[in-house]
Amino acid sequence: MSQGETMPEVVRSAASESSSLLADTGFLESLRRQMLKFATLQLSDANLAEDAVQEALIGALRNARTFAGRAALKTWVFAILKNKIADILRQKQRTIDASSLLREDEEEEDFSSLFNQKGFWQADQRPGAWPHPEEALREGEFWLVFETCLENLPGNQARVFMMREFVELDSQEICETVGLSISNLHVMLHRARLRLRECLEDRWFLAGEQPC
Amino acid sequence: MLNCREVTRLLSESQERTLGLSERLSLKVHVLICSGCRNFGKQMDALRQITRAYVKGANERQDKPDD
Repeated sequence: MSQGETMPEVVRSAASESSSLLADTGFLESLRRQMLKFATLQLSDANLAEDAVQEALIGALRNARTFAGRAALKTWVFAILKNKIADILRQKQRTIDASSLLREDEEEEDFSSLFNQKGFWQADQRPGAWPHPEEALREGEFWLVFETCLENLPGNQARVFMMREFVELDSQEICETVGLSISNLHVMLHRARLRLRECLEDRWFLAGEQPC
Repeated sequence: MLNCREVTRLLSESQERTLGLSERLSLKVHVLICSGCRNFGKQMDALRQITRAYVKGANERQDKPDD
């Protein structure tokens, strides 16, 4: 494979100077692509994402010789990337217009398909038992479904969900960053989780009887 | 008594904060009789496990394991 055209110059030259890990441009390019996807999902800004990825990658490659293998390097590089993303999110203070975060009518509409007027599950929406959720983690296909479900979340829900679960910011930090009240944040996370679990259940955990 | 909508909200919030005693008791009573919310609660834990795995190791998925 020739990755030369997409690999940033500085990474390529850093990569060429040392171990086989770094000389493995196929690996590096695939790593870069995964990081970019991860960062873009969270920052919803291609340029910011590209910057964060390059910085994280360069930072990690500087120490690449100390890593025993691909898996160790990946874990490290994603840890750096997560910190970069957290920094960027903190800098982007209050760029979400709070009024666009919660549209009450939409909210009600959403809930009414899940719950009846008394607030109990609609019969066809009641969550089922997921058989062996931990096994899904080993299935490549599952992660594609997971990404699709994430992408199906409304943008702002996806963003706070990822700040909470991927970047692991606490409620207070998220609220300060995006200018939300705690209770609005809880509402958004609740909605995001309701949607995400429904999507995963429908598309994976209880999707028919056919083996995947 | 809480309804399912309120119960799922508390179950979601328990991922962000420690629930109070009366909240926990209300949840406990509700999930005894409601399989939907019981499953929802387990799925909140599964969801967290999934997101952690996604960040940490899921990125292995496009590659062969290390030699």
